[in-house]
Amino acid sequence: MAIAEPQTPHRATVDLGSQRRTRITGAILLGLALFVVLVFGDAPGDATFRLSRPRDAWVLPNLVVPAQPFIYIAAALVAFLGARQFLRGGGRWTTLSLGIGLGLFVMAFLVWATADKAFSLTGMLQATMVRAVPIALGGLAATMCERVAVVNIAVEGILLAGAFTGALMGSVIGGWGGLIAAVAVGGLFGFTLAALVVTYRMDQIIAGVVINLFVLGLTSYVSSQVFAEMRHLNNAPVFRSWKIPILGDIPVIGPMLFNQNIFVYGALMMVAISTYYLFHTASGLRARAVGEHPRAADTLGIDVYWTRYVHVTIGGMIAGFGGAWFTLGTVGRFDENMTGGRGFIGLAAMIFGRWHPVGALMAALVFGFTDSLQQKLALLQTPIPSEFLAMAPYIATIIVVAGLIGRARPPAADGKPYVKE
Amino acid sequence: MSLNESLDTARDKLLARAAPGRTEFEDLVVVPLFAVVVALVLGALTMLATGVDMPTIGRSYVALLEGSVGSVNAISETLTAAIPLVFAGLGLALGFRTGLFNIGAEGQLLMGGLAAVIFGFTFSGLPFVLLMPLSLLAGALMGAFYAGIAGYLRAATGAHEVISTIMLNLISYRLLDYMLSLEWVQREGRSDPVSRSVPENAELPRLLEWLDPNLRVHAGVFVMLLAVWVVYWLLFRSKLGFEFRASGANPDAARYAGMRASLIIVLAMCIAGALAGLGGANQVLGVLGRATPGFSAGLGFDAIAVALLGRSHPVGVLFAGLLFGALEAGGRQMQVDAGVSIDLIGIIQALIIVFIAAPLLVRAIFPWGFRRVEKGGS
Repeated sequence: MAIAEPQTPHRATVDLGSQRRTRITGAILLGLALFVVLVFGDAPGDATFRLSRPRDAWVLPNLVVPAQPFIYIAAALVAFLGARQFLRGGGRWTTLSLGIGLGLFVMAFLVWATADKAFSLTGMLQATMVRAVPIALGGLAATMCERVAVVNIAVEGILLAGAFTGALMGSVIGGWGGLIAAVAVGGLFGFTLAALVVTYRMDQIIAGVVINLFVLGLTSYVSSQVFAEMRHLNNAPVFRSWKIPILGDIPVIGPMLFNQNIFVYGALMMVAISTYYLFHTASGLRARAVGEHPRAADTLGIDVYWTRYVHVTIGGMIAGFGGAWFTLGTVGRFDENMTGGRGFIGLAAMIFGRWHPVGALMAALVFGFTDSLQQKLALLQTPIPSEFLAMAPYIATIIVVAGLIGRARPPAADGKPYVKE
Repeated sequence: MSLNESLDTARDKLLARAAPGRTEFEDLVVVPLFAVVVALVLGALTMLATGVDMPTIGRSYVALLEGSVGSVNAISETLTAAIPLVFAGLGLALGFRTGLFNIGAEGQLLMGGLAAVIFGFTFSGLPFVLLMPLSLLAGALMGAFYAGIAGYLRAATGAHEVISTIMLNLISYRLLDYMLSLEWVQREGRSDPVSRSVPENAELPRLLEWLDPNLRVHAGVFVMLLAVWVVYWLLFRSKLGFEFRASGANPDAARYAGMRASLIIVLAMCIAGALAGLGGANQVLGVLGRATPGFSAGLGFDAIAVALLGRSHPVGVLFAGLLFGALEAGGRQMQVDAGVSIDLIGIIQALIIVFIAAPLLVRAIFPWGFRRVEKGGS
């Protein structure tokens, strides 16, 4: 998001910044290594990870990891990466080291938490995918908008609107009707955002904040004014998971990717389609041109306003679909402010994902992983207070944004209105 | 900014200079007035659409008016509700002027309030003249520290403050829940998460207690007015404020002029956080008397709207805060009298901001309210 991204004029400043970032990354990794040794070091026995369920077609044996050796090896690797960064890091290694280091940290943590116990890895991966869906769709929606240089803070509100519409229309005319209505309402809000920022040249951030406020107000109002009395309007059918034959039986990956409901399949397909569209078609190229240099695009005969309208509306429809997940994909019931900041996390996912649909999906999976981890760990009864586990995804976001952001570049015209000559 | 845009704004400025009275009048009076009226009409339509009958709609708007300015009690409630909004709004406005979009007022307010409560009951032996100001100060410092994290990350690594402050908000909720379960914070003999009470000599005294003990308006009003003046002075009369505004208006130019961009970012975030923290401290020391989970109740997000509505000007923020305080107080009355959910106020607030922030839209809807300007004028 480039609301006020400082433009670094000197090459020296850039180098200094990246050097400092390298140091910070190194320090973070060394700190993590120390943390692993001090806190996780005394894990007893073996950690058992279940890879299959007893009734699966192909049953894999359990993965048994000796806890203490694994944790010390992980700590040593993280410390090595950190020291390497600190002494002579830089370049592309910074991002990679941070990623590997955080991954190792999470593994060490998992082994420590499951030491002497058993834990279903497959179940957690399945939950990861499910929880990543709204974040990935939010990130994808934001990507579509920012590629044409419209900052879409309103993703949060559009998710909420989709959830609300899904519940209401789902209860009245059934699941598919609710889904279509949610997509339509998402598109409507996307169109509204486009109208506010393109035609009426309102500040993009303000427009987004306003849509968020408006949707929150409207949905909360209706849910306390109407749903409280008429429960039958807030009782939508839920899309069950639908197993793809054969593929769904593959151990570990099968339950994660091929035994889910339509929201997971929809999200995966949309990521694939939008990647192809943005980077391999002529109109995708035009859209990106509008995001990078609208004046030049206009000169070449691309209708900047029209392109922005279309993409922001499509972005809104994607977010509307993602919003329907909250009600039609899970519980079938709408609660006030039930998106709880998922849209904002989607924006963070877009930034991690470097304004690329696949990147946004990957980042969303990371969030989904920490989200489901926190839930499953409550069952393992670790001595860490549950509040701190709940904080983990947010802290991870801050660390990653601090470590990565300098290397990602938003579309050049992002956030700026365009006035036709 | 392209050449064409700068020409556009230059022409607008010339126009504004040529006819200052009319343009300012339109900007400051006509647009907000239209905004409020249209928002209320659309609010009524929303009620109609959800099956509320006409007499009830009429009753609810009467209640809205009565509950906000209709009696001494109503005015007291309006002021009470406005205090934290103005504080947090001032902080956010200062950030906007510096080019920082700080969404973290909610978390800063929460942490500031928590710090004020903890300081209050920990040092309950101190006399009032020391304990009350020091508790406020504790809230301000905690808010400054919490916002400073986001400021430092932005300055040192370029982590965007929108993302980091949102994350810090979410972290603050959990941190508060955790703190409230600690033995030395939780009230004795309670199993639910409630902090110990603020001792009487840390409370902000109620101003109108002699009139009626139920009037809740407290001495925070004066602190609020002081803060408005201080922020005004800081932004428009001090060197630091000039640097803030210069960095906000054109970061490159500011850097070439020798201003230390990183320091300015961190300082602006810290001051913004201190103001939000003060808002939280005022809320707990003046109204709530203790900390409970999520006691900020979305004030930090409403404050974004207040800062936008006040056009990031301290005096504008004061009036916007009072308007939102009035809507809040009136909304409560509306819920009691007419049985219309207070969430309607959220819709009305959002609509008001849309129309204020998009003057072109208001002009498109009400062309007859404005002097004709050639295409694109604002």
